[in-house]
Amino acid sequence: MSAVLQNLVNQPYKHGFVTDIESDIAPKGLNEETIRLISAKKNEPEWLLAFRLGAYRKWLGMEEPKWSTVRYPEIDFQAISYYSAPKPRKKLNSMDEVDPELLRTFEKLGVPMHERAALAGVAVDVIFDSVSVATTYKQKLAEVGIIFCSISEAVHMHPDLVRQYLGTVVPVGDNYYAALNSAVFTDGTFCFIPKGVRCPMDLSTYFRINTEESGQFERTLIIAEEGASVSYLEGCTAPRFDTNQLHAAVVELVALNDADIKYSTVQNWYAGDENGVGGIYNFVTKRGLAKGVNSRISWTQVETGSAITWKYPSCVLLGENSVGEFYSVAVTNHHQQADTGTKMVHLGRNTRSTIVSKGISAGHSHNSYRGLVRVAPTAAGARNYSQCDSMLVGDACSANTFPYIQVRNHTAKVEHEASTSKIGEDQLFYFAQRGIGNEEAVSMIINGFCKDVFQQLPMEFAVEATKLLGFKLEGSVG
Amino acid sequence: MIRADSDIVLEVHGLRATVNDIEILKGIDLTVRRGEIHAIMGTNGSGKSTLAKVLAGHEAYRVTGGSVVFEGGNLLDLEPEARARAGVFLAFQYPIEIPGVANSHFLRLAYNTLRAQRGEEELDPLEFEDFVRDKMKLLEMNPDFLDRGVNEGFSGGEKKRNEILQMALLEPRLAILDETDSGLDIDALRIVTQGVNRLANRDNAIILVTHYQRMLNHIVPDYVHVMESGRIVKTGEKSLALELETRGYDWVSGERRAAAGV
Ligand SMILES: Nc1ncnc2c1ncn2[C@@H]1O[C@H](COP(=O)(O)OP(=O)(O)OP(=O)(O)O)[C@@H](O)[C@H]1O
Ligand SMILES: [Mg+2]
Repeated sequence: MSAVLQNLVNQPYKHGFVTDIESDIAPKGLNEETIRLISAKKNEPEWLLAFRLGAYRKWLGMEEPKWSTVRYPEIDFQAISYYSAPKPRKKLNSMDEVDPELLRTFEKLGVPMHERAALAGVAVDVIFDSVSVATTYKQKLAEVGIIFCSISEAVHMHPDLVRQYLGTVVPVGDNYYAALNSAVFTDGTFCFIPKGVRCPMDLSTYFRINTEESGQFERTLIIAEEGASVSYLEGCTAPRFDTNQLHAAVVELVALNDADIKYSTVQNWYAGDENGVGGIYNFVTKRGLAKGVNSRISWTQVETGSAITWKYPSCVLLGENSVGEFYSVAVTNHHQQADTGTKMVHLGRNTRSTIVSKGISAGHSHNSYRGLVRVAPTAAGARNYSQCDSMLVGDACSANTFPYIQVRNHTAKVEHEASTSKIGEDQLFYFAQRGIGNEEAVSMIINGFCKDVFQQLPMEFAVEATKLLGFKLEGSVG
Repeated sequence: MIRADSDIVLEVHGLRATVNDIEILKGIDLTVRRGEIHAIMGTNGSGKSTLAKVLAGHEAYRVTGGSVVFEGGNLLDLEPEARARAGVFLAFQYPIEIPGVANSHFLRLAYNTLRAQRGEEELDPLEFEDFVRDKMKLLEMNPDFLDRGVNEGFSGGEKKRNEILQMALLEPRLAILDETDSGLDIDALRIVTQGVNRLANRDNAIILVTHYQRMLNHIVPDYVHVMESGRIVKTGEKSLALELETRGYDWVSGERRAAAGV
């Protein structure tokens, strides 16, 4: 690899700093007592404790999945603290009451939350460590009947809704990490869009991991009733640490008849240093159930961070004519490993799905696309289109594509396209010969490569994503 | 180093260069003055494109000896993009494709970079669109090429035309056209060479790399150089090209061998 490319991909992580907010940390280790402690701390109803314990018992009997391409040292689940919360403060009614330290953190991240909220009309449910410390616009949303709050709050305020849907899309025993999450999740987001309501603004949550060695187990549940629609944005970044942090989130989406859920993620957790030391282990289970006729679930993700990403946002297309979409950009650099993709499970008639995956590998990283398209015998007329493109930056990285296709209905149509390209010295030279420096050239090439995915992101998120790719691969993207 | 005889655009002296430790350029001497057109001819593999890329600063080539002075300054000290901004332009023999990057975006960025360099205000996309469409008219290029990826799926001739469009936009002090004629049909050759002739003036200079007289019928060179194994072995006037066309390169080699008494 040329010196130029080398420099471009070796930019230090820009979000590596630690905010000093006193934490209330549970002792390390996992057993039924830990779970009871979490549940008690959060003052939960009995059914939820039972849900957690049921999941924990399932988890005990399960094995860590080993089928992906990611490699990492054994995780000691007893060395993790499963609960951490900022010291309780009085209830906040406005942004002014938010800890200035926290606001400064967001400032440093380039996410001036108050500005975002005001200028962009984005309601930000801020998750800081595991507990929500600020929620804005809730009032405005409440006027149209939308519930947008932390999941712990929902457990208390809307227990029937939570109980009705929690664990219905991702069952507690779905997989090793989902079971763990179901046992120990501390907080996350709950979102309910009632019948016929189109959410008037993008809903946005910024996640941030702030305590060393405190595993993060977010839980998100979004429900769109008949004819409802919502666009949800999730963005995250984390401070620099040397020890690995485990993150195992679960996200469940339910779309009823004619409902539409668009879920966009920009992920930039600490990826470890250039030697592969440190970084977040990100084992995520995200699944949407397109339950009703004509419903639509759309995932868009820009994955740039974490030492390890293991993530397959999926759609179960149950309702007739329902639509599933997956648009993904995954960038890996240095020693990062990503094994990501999607599953499209066609159950209903005339269900359609689209998969567009763009993997960019630099440094010594490994970037794999793993996707499953399954058409059940019941899914007459189902259609899928998949496109998986990989781009290599330099010679030491690798990219893989694992498309699994299982078609059990002969009327189905499934198309798959794949390509691999490389940012070569000759491309960079062509730009340079026209006076365009390498940084700008890489940024243009990458953005051109990712265009089909970025187009799916809400405007300002797209801008942020473009910048993030810049940080990731060169320092700044125009 | 500022020189008194500032009508010299490019002065190459004893230039040697290697790629993968193989010496390709073995001592090139070449002086190009303002307003001049130089043709470089020579057998396949004699090092013509290598010379072009070394002058433009391609990283894969290592300069192992000699000097290159451009407009009074040491060209070899500059990064490739700085050379471009200083006015060195290379129309590539094989223009590379950059999928997904809109040609219009690429051209605008290149043009605005140059304007910024000159201390001029950048053109916004709409202003640029008008500007570039005018230039495309000169080359009889369909504006549809603005919306496509840079050279993406362009035919050989279309790529060459896109190169000259860039030359028209960037108005270089020194343009090196590496086999711009190959791949062009008869009409395109006429259109493109007309375009080049309009761009040539008393202040700039052009180096044409070509294998064929047909190019030199349109763009008449002041000098013709013949390259062989990394050296310029013969220099003459435009008639030299005609002579080469009838007598072939063996004639030059033969002459050299005779002169060397081999
Ligand atoms: N990367 C490389 N590795 C090894 N040899 C190279 C490399 N690049 C160029 N060469 C060799 O250098 C010599 C000169 O190549 P160059 O492209 O400059 O020739 P040319 O005169 O432009 O030929 P043509 O008329 O065919 O375009 C050739 O023998 C070529 O094979
Ligand atoms: Mg050549």
